[in-house]
Amino acid sequence: MTASGFIQRLAPGMHWARRLGQLAFIVVGIAIVNFFLLRLAPGDAAEVLAGEAGAATPEFMAALRQQFGLDQPLYVQFGKYLGNVLRLNLGYSFRQGMPVSQLIGDRLPATAILMGASITFALVAGTALGFLAARRAGRPTDTIISVIALLFYATPVFWIGVVLIVVFSVWLDWLPVGGMTTIEAGYHGTAYALDVARHLVLPAVTLGLFNLAIYTRLTRASMLQIYGQDFIRTAVAKGVAPGRIAVRHVLRNALLPIVTMLGMQVGSILGGAILVETVFSWPGLGRLAFEALFQRDLNLLLGILMASSILVVVVNIAVDFAYGLLDPRVEIG
Amino acid sequence: MGMISSLRAAEGGATHRRSRSRVSTSALTGGVILVLILAGAAAAPFLYPGDPLDMVASPFIWPGTDPAYPLGTDMLGRDIAAGILHGARVSLLIGLVATLVSLVIGGTFGAVAGFYGGRTDWALMRATELVQTIPPFLFALAIVAILQPSVPAIVIAIGLTAWPSLARLVRAEVLRLRNGDFVQASISVGASHRRIILFEILPNALAPVIVSASILIAGAILTESSLAFLGLGDPNVASWGGMVGAGREVLRTDWYIATLPGLAIIAAVLGLNLLGDGLNDLLDVRR
Repeated sequence: MTASGFIQRLAPGMHWARRLGQLAFIVVGIAIVNFFLLRLAPGDAAEVLAGEAGAATPEFMAALRQQFGLDQPLYVQFGKYLGNVLRLNLGYSFRQGMPVSQLIGDRLPATAILMGASITFALVAGTALGFLAARRAGRPTDTIISVIALLFYATPVFWIGVVLIVVFSVWLDWLPVGGMTTIEAGYHGTAYALDVARHLVLPAVTLGLFNLAIYTRLTRASMLQIYGQDFIRTAVAKGVAPGRIAVRHVLRNALLPIVTMLGMQVGSILGGAILVETVFSWPGLGRLAFEALFQRDLNLLLGILMASSILVVVVNIAVDFAYGLLDPRVEIG
Repeated sequence: MGMISSLRAAEGGATHRRSRSRVSTSALTGGVILVLILAGAAAAPFLYPGDPLDMVASPFIWPGTDPAYPLGTDMLGRDIAAGILHGARVSLLIGLVATLVSLVIGGTFGAVAGFYGGRTDWALMRATELVQTIPPFLFALAIVAILQPSVPAIVIAIGLTAWPSLARLVRAEVLRLRNGDFVQASISVGASHRRIILFEILPNALAPVIVSASILIAGAILTESSLAFLGLGDPNVASWGGMVGAGREVLRTDWYIATLPGLAIIAAVLGLNLLGDGLNDLLDVRR
């Protein structure tokens, strides 16, 4: 850490070089993990790649075996596999009749919308609740908020989804049960966007409640910690209004650990997205993973594993960047 | 569960004094919930001796309508109460054993990396970062899908994906203790590295590891139930997540089938989290 910090001071460009190196390392590492997972599966890799159960012709199977060099030593096989991965060739899904990378690209936007909405909801509501709890520390408001956060923190996302469907779709009939659009309505433009938004509410809230709990606890804790620091006493002494201190001085500094947490959480939010998309039939990566699972399309599943890991690295790079904007003292690293 | 340690770090200082009184309450509440669940799990074979997956009554008996089936029956006429109690055994077993697997892998990685430092440390930590980058639930899902769903496969999948935070925790503890006088004394006496790590350093790093372990068991139970919900549970045992998943089909009319088992998951996870929180302050862990 200290060594890399030193290098960054020499040349800011080094930082991006290091990040790219990290990305390459992750891709190669996950290729290794995937390669061995594929070998663990019953049957040889060609059968797994072809989606099992004779989805492909014998000629194609022979071609696959040749392409991946299954008759050659292990390191040659791995070399070929890695070569394919690095050329973004994640294979072909016979079940879906499309290249894996294209399938993933098609489904990525839906997941991005879901994750973006859920993270925004969790951030805004979580910081607000944490802020309120910290301002009323030790009083009933604080206790109620803390207990709610504790409960959400322990509730499985899929169960939240099921309960929200029962309450808001079945009993109250306010919001749709699932899907992303009302297909038969054929909306365009603004009506279409509103329709998607209506479908988005329940999945985004479901996925966001767990993180809302984390952000609430974290905001409350960091705010209370910052309240004990000297610069706050200075602000109080020079007569800054309490509300202004809470927002401008305390909350702003309390946001930093939340941004860090966000970066650490991307992987687990993606995991939650699989469950939420399954519950609400949201047509994203998670739903694709579930379909792959159901059809035993293991190569597609491993392709999604690879793509989401890359996504985690990319988001973390973005988080580093945001961190630098929030706190100019922080050097990216 | 890297977020837990960060939460702890932030919650440590300022709130420490004030939270003392709350501490015993949370440890106590968590302990009581867990004892109740353990009692239910222990009583399951006596209260419901048969296979909880067997059909015992007519389907769709609502909770509270038939005293013989206090929580009702599902769409296949299976007793929900029996399923929940037997499910507790499975969930706790998987949570416990999977966490043991994580402890062995994470403990070994962390201890060796922290003790030897240098290139060993670098290589082990890069491997840890790699596993940490792969979304854990998706990773576990792929492993179970490939190994075929069974209790051992689920244990392996959760154990293999949950260890990185422990490796970091143990490494940090070892780094802190490594230069302590008692360790230096052992080195000068000529004790083997294995002996020093196992009998000198690790016992002193136990407190934070125990706290982490209780949170990890909670996470493992959540992961197990999520896998079962998606249909990746062991088909031969009752599982809370599996019951929720199966009940989804009749959600519109008989919503109790999908929702009741979820309450058991919440209770178990909440109990373990509260216990972890309470232990954290009782054992006075500084992170």
